[in-house]
Amino acid sequence: MKSGLLAAAAAAMVIGAVSGAQAGATLDAVKAKGFVQCGVNTGLAGFSNPDSSGNWSGLDADYCRAVAVALFNDPTKVKFTPLSAQQRFPAIQSGEVDMLSRNTTATLTRDTSVGLNFAPVTFYDGQGFMVSNKLGVKSAKELNGATVCVQSGTTTELNLADYFRANNMSYNPVVIESQDEVNAAFFAGRCDVLTTDASGLAGVRASVAPNPADYTILPEIISKEPLAPAVRHGDEQWYDIVKWVVYATIDAEEKGITSKNLDQFLNSQNPDVQRLLGTSAGMGKALGLDEKWAYNVIKTMGNYGEIFERNVGANTPLKLARGVNALWTNGGLQYAQPLR
Amino acid sequence: MSSDAQDSRRGSSPGGFTFSLSDPTFRAAVYQILVIGAVVALGWYLISNTLENLARQAIATGFDFLEREASFGIGEHMIDYAPSDSYGRAFLVGVLNTLKVSIIGIVIATILGTLIGIARLSSNWLVAKLASVYVETIRNIPPLLQLFFWYAVVTETMPAVRQALNPLPGVYLSQRGMWIPVPSADPVWAYMGYALLAGIVLAFVIRRWAAARQARTGQPFPAGWASLGVILGLPLAVYIAGGAPTALDVPELAGFNFRGGQNVSPEFFAILMGLAVYTAAFIAEVVRSGIVAVNWGQTEAARALGLPSGPTLRLVVLPQALRVIVPPLTSQYLNLAKNTSLALAIGYPDLVSIANTTINQTGQSIEGVALIMGSFLTISLSISLFMNWYNKRIALVER
Repeated sequence: MKSGLLAAAAAAMVIGAVSGAQAGATLDAVKAKGFVQCGVNTGLAGFSNPDSSGNWSGLDADYCRAVAVALFNDPTKVKFTPLSAQQRFPAIQSGEVDMLSRNTTATLTRDTSVGLNFAPVTFYDGQGFMVSNKLGVKSAKELNGATVCVQSGTTTELNLADYFRANNMSYNPVVIESQDEVNAAFFAGRCDVLTTDASGLAGVRASVAPNPADYTILPEIISKEPLAPAVRHGDEQWYDIVKWVVYATIDAEEKGITSKNLDQFLNSQNPDVQRLLGTSAGMGKALGLDEKWAYNVIKTMGNYGEIFERNVGANTPLKLARGVNALWTNGGLQYAQPLR
Repeated sequence: MSSDAQDSRRGSSPGGFTFSLSDPTFRAAVYQILVIGAVVALGWYLISNTLENLARQAIATGFDFLEREASFGIGEHMIDYAPSDSYGRAFLVGVLNTLKVSIIGIVIATILGTLIGIARLSSNWLVAKLASVYVETIRNIPPLLQLFFWYAVVTETMPAVRQALNPLPGVYLSQRGMWIPVPSADPVWAYMGYALLAGIVLAFVIRRWAAARQARTGQPFPAGWASLGVILGLPLAVYIAGGAPTALDVPELAGFNFRGGQNVSPEFFAILMGLAVYTAAFIAEVVRSGIVAVNWGQTEAARALGLPSGPTLRLVVLPQALRVIVPPLTSQYLNLAKNTSLALAIGYPDLVSIANTTINQTGQSIEGVALIMGSFLTISLSISLFMNWYNKRIALVER
């Protein structure tokens, strides 16, 4: 029992050393230090991936920048903290990062007992399976008895177990901490199947596979993975800011406003557009930001469609179609709450 | 004692004891109270601050989660486990996996280390140099890299599972590890296990009786052979009495993998070999230092007294060497047990790996880390206690 107390005390130093969040405290702290500390993936093509000179690119990284732009009108006022699947929750809980934009699935447990508040979904994903063509497998239903490589500590690991249980099949998991090692084990032939989010599989196939044509992503999508930025409980103002930065990018696409044609809308008589671009005041003040916050975000980062196409769209190595990530007006799921 | 008496005398006489920092007794008491107070205050601050922060962010606390369904799969388990089992059971699977690697690793590392330690002292130039190269190379490479090496040895050099090597009938080697045939499940095996335990207990009794008799009558008794006979004979008798089952569970390629038999996974192989080979390099040096520490004169003196070489080694050299060897050997065992936590990197489901998954699914990192630390402390203290007991037993009794 004594050991348990000691351990708890040691772990407590991690969380205990940081004072808890209070309403408004995060915004003030971020403004005071002059940058947003943003937790991202250690390397996932299309979402958050460092290049050879250490510049982060990807959809998740761009949403970190979007928040920085809303605050400082400067996309460089952001520092990235690469986090493993295990590290991400302690990092956001303890205040080591101000926001988490790390292809994190919003779930009830994470929303409650993990203590997160999820911003709107930036990417609707779903878990898939990738196999070598040599196996001749055409459907995930044929995977009974397969060895499956999976990253530890993800919802992926749970969905995998659920799927095989639901279909009364057995499997042998090989669970490794780092996605790089998971990929290496799969391509070496340790496993029959690689599983992660379908977007991630596309990224791995494009960037890691020795010959991408040798691998097939099976048609079954076995889970819902709404990937969303998250902040910790207890600071509603900060949560509102992150949430509305995401909505602003979606709203801009709905209205046809892009980073290129933005200035033509400044004289718009449409009150919706005026509220978004700050030509009629009120929205920025409500959030505790400059009235130009959304204008700056769209000017610098683009609308949701631009961010998507730039990082994961048809002209990127991932070659992902909009699919369910299209606007609701085009039959997709992306829908912004009204900015008013 | 005397200072206590002094203290009470001072306390009772108003002139002797002063509340002044120049009084050494008072000063000592003040410093001790200050230090203890500071430690308690720091601990209280950290714990209360943590609980407050957790409560403010509405993060769950407590160990209730251990009862909940784990719903993740584990590749290797010594006890039955399915995703519908609880987090508590998943954690137990991890502890057992850690113990499996630790115990087998310690046995292999001890044997390998002893051989190499002796080889370093060999008069054969080649053998001695090879042992030196082994020690200097292996102990200077970080263990994590060695794990990746052993893992790659299996996954990169072995053939794919459908082209598995078949060196012996029923034995298959592939990227998925090794499959070997094992005897089919039969209640006899469990009874043989009990018989083995009974045999070991009986062997202890025989040895004590033989020692007592020799002390009383001077007649020696072949206790070693009798013990061996009891330890091997009892299970054998049970095996024959149980009908001597010979059915084998032979692995066969079915679907994606082999079915049946016993699988030694690449992850288990890599962590076991990595840690055993790494620790053996240190044990070799411990053994060498122990042997060198016993003066050659001791052996000469024993010979001069007419002791044969067996008793010389057993009664003169080893007791003196072991008292040098055992304490650092204990440290190496502890290192090996703790290094099993590196298994996470190559996907062996040890207790750290499973606790990490649990932490991630439940978000309760403090409880998870406490469980990891508590488990390792228990394992390490058990090893320490056993080795200290052994050290006392074999220690040189000076008269």
